[in-house]
Amino acid sequence: MIGVISRDWLLTETPASRAQAAWVRRYRGWLQFRGNGLAMVGLVTVAIMILASLAAPLLAWQDASAQNLAGRLAPPSFAHWFGTDELGRDIYARILYGGRVTLGMVVSVVLLVAPVGLAVGSVAGYLGGLADRLLMRVTDVFLAFPRLVLALAFVAALKPGITSAIIAIALTAWPPYARLARADTLTVRHSDFIAAVRLTGAGSLRIIVRHIMPLCLSSVIVRVTLDMSGIILTAASLGFLGMGAQPPMPEWGTMIASSRAFILDQWWVPTIPGIAIFVASLAFNLLGDGMRDVLDPRQR
Amino acid sequence: MIEVDALSVCFGRTEAVKSVSFRVARGESFGLVGESGSGKSTVLRAVSGLNPHWTGRMSIGGELLAPRRSKAFHQRVQMVFQDPYGSLHPRQTVDRLLSEPLLVHHMDNVERRIMRALNEVALPASVRFRYPHQLSGGQRQRVAIARALMPEPHVLLLDEPTSALDVSVQAEVLNLLADLQQARGLTYVLVSHNLAVVAHVCSRIGVMQSGELVELLSADDLRAGRTHHPHTASLRELSIELEEPETARDH
Repeated sequence: MIGVISRDWLLTETPASRAQAAWVRRYRGWLQFRGNGLAMVGLVTVAIMILASLAAPLLAWQDASAQNLAGRLAPPSFAHWFGTDELGRDIYARILYGGRVTLGMVVSVVLLVAPVGLAVGSVAGYLGGLADRLLMRVTDVFLAFPRLVLALAFVAALKPGITSAIIAIALTAWPPYARLARADTLTVRHSDFIAAVRLTGAGSLRIIVRHIMPLCLSSVIVRVTLDMSGIILTAASLGFLGMGAQPPMPEWGTMIASSRAFILDQWWVPTIPGIAIFVASLAFNLLGDGMRDVLDPRQR
Repeated sequence: MIEVDALSVCFGRTEAVKSVSFRVARGESFGLVGESGSGKSTVLRAVSGLNPHWTGRMSIGGELLAPRRSKAFHQRVQMVFQDPYGSLHPRQTVDRLLSEPLLVHHMDNVERRIMRALNEVALPASVRFRYPHQLSGGQRQRVAIARALMPEPHVLLLDEPTSALDVSVQAEVLNLLADLQQARGLTYVLVSHNLAVVAHVCSRIGVMQSGELVELLSADDLRAGRTHHPHTASLRELSIELEEPETARDH
């Protein structure tokens, strides 16, 4: 089986089996994505950041929380690539370990938010009537609160920490996804192809999951990648306000917050995590743009 | 096979279909003609179960129809839509489109049934993993017909199955439908605004005008011009004029 996987096998116009057809489809999408230079930059950057933070114990030769008050606020040098912070901790190590926390938060929020928004939106859009009104009013209630304020209230009610921050951000981030999925659902719900599926005798659940959700998925995925930078910034703001990750734990937003007093004299201390947030946000944005081109059938 | 008695359909206050009654025997082709807006497609959508807001009495194969239909009903009655560009899911391959009814009805031999259906509607096996946008209009309509045949229905409802197609392709699809009916003993209800199409496929024809069924006649009577209602006569005149513009001008 491995032997036959060649370029021709992946590009054939007449696949012999379902499995081959699926691979041809994926390979074509990949070729299209690869042709987009900026999107590839985004993908490579995201991949490097995730791999680097996963491999933090291998890449960082210093302990992220080992304090050395004698060498505090040292500028970047060979021993400390990105310098040290106000407690003499190696910023390079803290950035790597902080990536685990920050990127981990982003991924968890997305995994919580996208399925919930997609489900609420497509169910509301397809069923219409009372279900629609009920679900959408709940969405409106969540949408009406300012995002950061609701997140702050939530974290304050629970105890400050990463888990509460994730829940708080997730609670405030899902309504736009529900709106998006509902709008997409409304455009297809009266189409002939959905009527044709109804006439096969399929139930509402099957129609929503197998026929409507795939159509909403592309815009939701694109929205997710574009939203990721927003989620990083919200997580950073919560950290900055002391409601996210708690002190010894390295988190990019918290790192900026704790070092804002040195921004003029020891610029590298807050700047380095700032650059990390900026690069991650930009990379996710570029990735999102590329994904839109591949996933949106109207652009093909 | 199909009995429709005093079927009325309302959209808000307007009555789109006013007390329409007709019967279709097993293996017969019944045609409904009329201008656009005459309610012919609405009759079909009520029979198929897509429009639950109707009054009257309908039965298929002796089973009385309720506004909500059972799974068994959907296995026996299938529909082909007017626009093959809109009736196929844009993100599903032909393979997926055809296997969906089989999955819903838990039918076995998916692979073999799909190949047989493609063969039956004279599509090459190479279209199996194509998307609808990679096919021509005629090919798409063949896929839509193949999909309607997948659950092995007894009744096929055809809503203007050729009006969105090229004239050259129309005849092909109509002949395909006639062949399928012969081979499978299907019962057809065909809706069209085109008298020639209806007369080609159907043996009995109902003429609709603003929601009412004004005349029932046989295809032979229609061809011979033995019409009773003035609307039928005017529709017939119009279709002859459209078909033979030269001769019509000579008269």
